[in-house]
Amino acid sequence: MDFSSLKERAEKNWKALENLKQPLIQIGMGTCGKAAGADEVFAAAKQTLKQMNLLGRILQVGCIGTCYLEPIMAVRKPGGPFIYYGNLTAKRTEEILLSYLRDGDPKTEWAVCFTGEGPVDGIPRFEDLPMIKPQVRIALRNCGIIDPENIEHYIARGGYNGLMRALRMNPGEVIQEIKDSGLRGRGGAGFPTGMKWEFASNAPGQTKYIICNADEGDPGAFMDRSLLEGDPHSVLEGMLIGAYAIGCNEGYIYIRAEYPLAIKRLETALKQMREYGLLGRNIQGSGFGFEIHIKEGAGAFVCGEETALMASIAGGRGMPQSRPPFPANKGLWGNPTNINNVETLGNVSAILAQGAKWFAGFGTEKSKGTKTFALAGKVERTGLIEVPMGIRLKEIIDEIGGGVAKGKKVKAVQTGGPSGGCIPADLFDLPVDYESLTAAGSIMGSGGMVVMDEETCMVDIPRYFLSFTADESCGKCIPCRLGTRQMLDILNEICEGKGAIEDLEILKDVSETVQKGSLCGLGQTAPNPVQTTLRYFRSEYEAHILGKKCEAGVCKPLFHYEIDPETCNGCGVCSKKCSVGAVTGEKKKPHSIEPDRCTKCGACYEACKFHAVRIC
Amino acid sequence: MEQAIYQEQSVEGMPEVEDLFNEMRKEFKGMANELIPMLQRVQRMLGFLPEQALLEIARLTGLSTARVYGTATFYAQFRFQPAGKYIIRVCRGTACHVKGSDRLLDTIEEYLQVAPGQMTPDGLFTIETVACFGSCALAPVMVINDSVYGSLNRSRALKLLDEIRVREEANIKNLSLS
Repeated sequence: MDFSSLKERAEKNWKALENLKQPLIQIGMGTCGKAAGADEVFAAAKQTLKQMNLLGRILQVGCIGTCYLEPIMAVRKPGGPFIYYGNLTAKRTEEILLSYLRDGDPKTEWAVCFTGEGPVDGIPRFEDLPMIKPQVRIALRNCGIIDPENIEHYIARGGYNGLMRALRMNPGEVIQEIKDSGLRGRGGAGFPTGMKWEFASNAPGQTKYIICNADEGDPGAFMDRSLLEGDPHSVLEGMLIGAYAIGCNEGYIYIRAEYPLAIKRLETALKQMREYGLLGRNIQGSGFGFEIHIKEGAGAFVCGEETALMASIAGGRGMPQSRPPFPANKGLWGNPTNINNVETLGNVSAILAQGAKWFAGFGTEKSKGTKTFALAGKVERTGLIEVPMGIRLKEIIDEIGGGVAKGKKVKAVQTGGPSGGCIPADLFDLPVDYESLTAAGSIMGSGGMVVMDEETCMVDIPRYFLSFTADESCGKCIPCRLGTRQMLDILNEICEGKGAIEDLEILKDVSETVQKGSLCGLGQTAPNPVQTTLRYFRSEYEAHILGKKCEAGVCKPLFHYEIDPETCNGCGVCSKKCSVGAVTGEKKKPHSIEPDRCTKCGACYEACKFHAVRIC
Repeated sequence: MEQAIYQEQSVEGMPEVEDLFNEMRKEFKGMANELIPMLQRVQRMLGFLPEQALLEIARLTGLSTARVYGTATFYAQFRFQPAGKYIIRVCRGTACHVKGSDRLLDTIEEYLQVAPGQMTPDGLFTIETVACFGSCALAPVMVINDSVYGSLNRSRALKLLDEIRVREEANIKNLSLS
């Protein structure tokens, strides 16, 4: 079938869904939604419709980004708005559906927001939610709105228009369009995508490859997973456009095995593309042919590095190689290869559909467009967000994230995972763009953003990251293999109270050697967590070394718990929670902790509602 | 010192390995780039990579056994000893770390009396850690086989393990009664 008839059919079916004469229920069924209990909500919704003898449709959608509200359901009566409910249980789902669909009461006291025809008394529009208002959704344009397993939904929302436009242009014009848009790689380093394509396009060779890097290995990052689960076609379309521009007929998606749902959605999407003539030989009669293979990673962080990734696809140990030769000239099996990140490709399809000028209208002079972030950690509203480049960190943390949870004090934000750094709260005026974050010692990274509060120890954090990078170092080059280990040893000593003040100089020295001497990005950036914490939180290091204190209450040898007799009302919850019998006291009288018995597990500290248990 | 990945010779005599390879020979051509997918298939079917399977893969691909071993041991996904019926994977990602996943892991280790990578003597549980599951908004997260559990605390995690144990014990009782 040609594309215009496909489009016509998809739009007709989408319209029919919009004008559905029965109730329509959408349930977010991404990994996060399922982890929070979306399967039970789905079953309850199905059962309740049956119980009411109501014909209705239930649609599984991807992640809408408000992860802290999972599981989420949106309900629409024919002709009405979608009303969103969050933090659902099976019982609450049933109550809502019975009340709204049978008795006509939408139970707005349990609702979060609405979309479509309004207003609805008592609840705001989705776009007006404080978490959503500052956001601009380009890469995530369809997430949470369409059924990711239905290609027609994607087409009806303008999908594959970008590819069709690209196929009418010549490859050089497509590259120019991407260059004009100012798009830079969203995997972390921020290299201009158009330039990268041009290198691969100009490289001599008959066989060329394009690879989508979905080996989202940074702990604390889940943007790529959410995008692949919520809108796989946007990434696949971007890949097709890239392949056409560069001149390749074969591509690979290298994806983590830890993302089974994303893999399943990709497999479904590829099957549908083939059925619709959007994959295979002679795509839509253009003469351009393309095949995509899925390669599952096997759990090695270093495989996010381009040359290591290709070694892994070829079936070996995923170890990087020195460059040059660059992958654009000599990549997979010695052929010119172009590697793009998931989000980059999701942007490509939007740029070709809407034009370079439109895209370049967002962001700053050097960082165009938007960036997705996985906002997590000690923040009130966690979720998947997409913001225009140049937004200030403060706006992300306070407005979108709603500030630090439980009224604690914010200390820092960590961007870029193990390759990034910790930015202290007094720099939260910093605009989010590639250059500003690098100047602060961190990196944009792939989009992990973990907020830290007063209970996060800024010596433990680099220790945590170093234990990760030391573990994941492939061992090929000495600075990374030994240097990460050396830094970790020093940090372990400091956290155990055995550090000396001279260690800080050694730490700095080693970190510079690892940064300058390592073969690949893993080693070159591994010192960032150490360097930024030394730069911004030196006093915490000194408190660990000189004062033998961990004020955050994380490094066990350097603190103990005490119960404040003034605040303690003797409710006894703490002693019940203590598994080693270290908390004792008579009912209604102040309790106390026996230091010799206490294992510092923190159970009493978490259990006390009156904040009588203190870190000392 | 590094420990040998196989404690004793167990090269022959696993009929399930032979059956599996009879199937796999039809599907795989024995190309070098199929090495990781083959290892993944064996682990998916058998739960771990027995020595016999690695030797078979070497034969099938024509790669040296050293290359097959070297590749298998490079990746964190592969296991060389049988795993428990329930594999508990505790996420050690950044968001989980700042929300106390190290303490959660301690609690589970103490409760089951095994360390990550080990199986309980009754063959019910294996504890593993994973760098990140990408469900950071629901930190701390733990995965039991294929089910993801989010926003955990110690007591909820232990309750989940208890429920499994009770269910399994009931199953055994029912079996022995019938």
